[in-house]
Amino acid sequence: MNRRTLLASAAFALGLAGAAAAQDKIKVGFVYVGPIGDGGWTYEHDKGRLAIEAQFGDAVETVYQESVPEGADAERVMTQMALSGADLIFATSFGYMDPVINVAQKFPNVKFEHATGYKRADNVSTYSARFYEGRAVQGLIAGRMTESNIIGYIGAYPIPEVIQGINAAYIHAKQVNPDVQFKIVWAYTWFDPAKEADAATALIEQGADVILQHTDSTAPQAAAERAGNVYTFGQASDMAEYAPKPRISSIIDNWSPYYIDRVQAVIDGTWESTDTWDGIGPGMVEIGEISEAVPAEVKAEAEALIAALASGEYHAFTGPLNRQDGTPWLAEGEVADDATLLGMNFYVEGLTAEVPK
Amino acid sequence: MIRLEKRPQPSRIWTVATPVLAVALTMVAGGLMFAALGKDPVVAIRTIFWDPLFNEQFASYSRPQLLVKAGPLILIATGLSLGFRAGIWNIGAEGQYIMGALAGAGVALALYPLDAWFLFPLMVLAGALGGWAWAMIPAILKTRFRTNEILVSLLLVYVAEQVLAAMALGLMKNPEGGGFPGSRNLQHYPAAANTELIAGTGMHWGVAAAFIAVIAAYVMLTRHMLGFQIRLAGQSPRAARFAGVNPNALVLICLGLSGALAGLAGMFEVSGPAGRVNIGFNQGYGFTAIIVAFLGRLHPVGILLAGLLMALTYIGGELAQFMLGIPAAAIQAFQGMLLFFLLGVDVLSNYHIRLGRRRVA
Repeated sequence: MNRRTLLASAAFALGLAGAAAAQDKIKVGFVYVGPIGDGGWTYEHDKGRLAIEAQFGDAVETVYQESVPEGADAERVMTQMALSGADLIFATSFGYMDPVINVAQKFPNVKFEHATGYKRADNVSTYSARFYEGRAVQGLIAGRMTESNIIGYIGAYPIPEVIQGINAAYIHAKQVNPDVQFKIVWAYTWFDPAKEADAATALIEQGADVILQHTDSTAPQAAAERAGNVYTFGQASDMAEYAPKPRISSIIDNWSPYYIDRVQAVIDGTWESTDTWDGIGPGMVEIGEISEAVPAEVKAEAEALIAALASGEYHAFTGPLNRQDGTPWLAEGEVADDATLLGMNFYVEGLTAEVPK
Repeated sequence: MIRLEKRPQPSRIWTVATPVLAVALTMVAGGLMFAALGKDPVVAIRTIFWDPLFNEQFASYSRPQLLVKAGPLILIATGLSLGFRAGIWNIGAEGQYIMGALAGAGVALALYPLDAWFLFPLMVLAGALGGWAWAMIPAILKTRFRTNEILVSLLLVYVAEQVLAAMALGLMKNPEGGGFPGSRNLQHYPAAANTELIAGTGMHWGVAAAFIAVIAAYVMLTRHMLGFQIRLAGQSPRAARFAGVNPNALVLICLGLSGALAGLAGMFEVSGPAGRVNIGFNQGYGFTAIIVAFLGRLHPVGILLAGLLMALTYIGGELAQFMLGIPAAAIQAFQGMLLFFLLGVDVLSNYHIRLGRRRVA
């Protein structure tokens, strides 16, 4: 079946006549949760989109929509993209999960890629990055850099992806600094510069001198810069404009290779539903340059951890580790399995906050 | 010299003509902005206003979506307009919308997986009650302690958001959801789902309720004693008191009605298009509805049209974004222009414009 008939049958399934003018280009749609200028999460996904354009040139057309709320609006946006003839749609936020599944049912011949979700279908793939590996590196640097021994953490939503990050950062901070404490603030948003800045300021006022963020804007960096003597890490993107201080390193999500692979698979007709979860090794997670504000021996220590995570000789969740309530989780030398991580809803021993219930 | 001279009565012709003029002015100013962004202004304007309605590729999907988007706006705005006419300012419809959704969804989730005909009506009742109860807080505080209902109702929105987050993470969390926040999807629970009444039309119970509310408000304002009292209280509170209007009762009724309608909107949304209770479920319908109410001149039929127009700019704006690559911020600016011109040209219905110097008599 060529694409023309594929599209025709998709349109037919909805009872629409004459939808989607036939075209030879592959059309790829992107649905973003924030604006492409957020300097973080969405910015990096959009870099992936631009990488597709650079790679395939005229063979591919990309379209995108910014700041799409997670819910009924996302469903409409994706339906309209599918109706406009998109062959492949990347939905780049966790909350698009149910809408993706709903729209995918209506358009069996359009391929969907959902970032950070866990529901799949014949035409829905999922993909995510092992951000927690980067968090382990941040935790180590943070544990070494803090003088107040209080590390602030801005969480977006208490979902497993974010909780993995908090645990990984805490474990590795604690390893190098047994006195370290974590203060966690939940922003309940992925992108809201005002709320993120408030959260950062509140943490700084509570004595935190290192701030880790799992939200998408650079507002916490700006708040830290104003406060002086507070260190931060770029989230999702390098945020290098705040280097060498307050931003002393970063986690960069590099989606470009994956996006190019998936578009190529659609062109070749070899696309199938997969679940991808890559970390530092395959390059989906990159650690941004560790700035000169970090002492050389700490930098060396961090680089050794990066190398060990990349080669796979060390797992960021390696026992002995207990759950927060003291019950054993991982025995000496045991590493966490992916299923537990993907459903992670508990803190490790030593964290004093509670996972919001 | 341009002078403004107040008309004794708002001009009837201009009251009807100004919205059309405002849309035309928006097209010109917006077209200039799109041109400055390097986009073809004619194509952009056509994509926003024409394609959602008549483009053969999209229209059969986006026309029903107009109703889905406009339904809650119209329902909430109709309720708000009653209070606004009487000078009672409920700014917290967003919170009442959330509480209505929580109450309605709460009934369904508590009785899951009961399959009974009375479940959905029960949810409707709970939704209205939830919104009503949340609106009663500013109402009672105002009547008992003379607090300002604008502040109280607005601040309760943030309280409602926290309750929503707590519910999504705790009590209402889907036990089969693998620990993720968010409730069961009510779309997959047939007895509780607010489905389309006629497939493919977008017409769900919430849209039907919006139309009924518009008609009821129209009848009430023109034919009913309560409508007269509302209008009188807004135009002249003193005269209203002489006419035997009880201001406290009016506060309770207006806030209660607008709260109940906002709660209903939330309940229909959570059981229909949104599907589940989750953090971020509220997308600002309660605030946008304030704009819709004023855009519609606080008149039920005006609100109906204003709600549809707002929905059109949202859906057309989305099309323009991904079809033409116009940034989301430019679409928001475009919507802002529409509001600006609509309110700005109002001057024509209230004033004569005189050119030239005032002659000395």
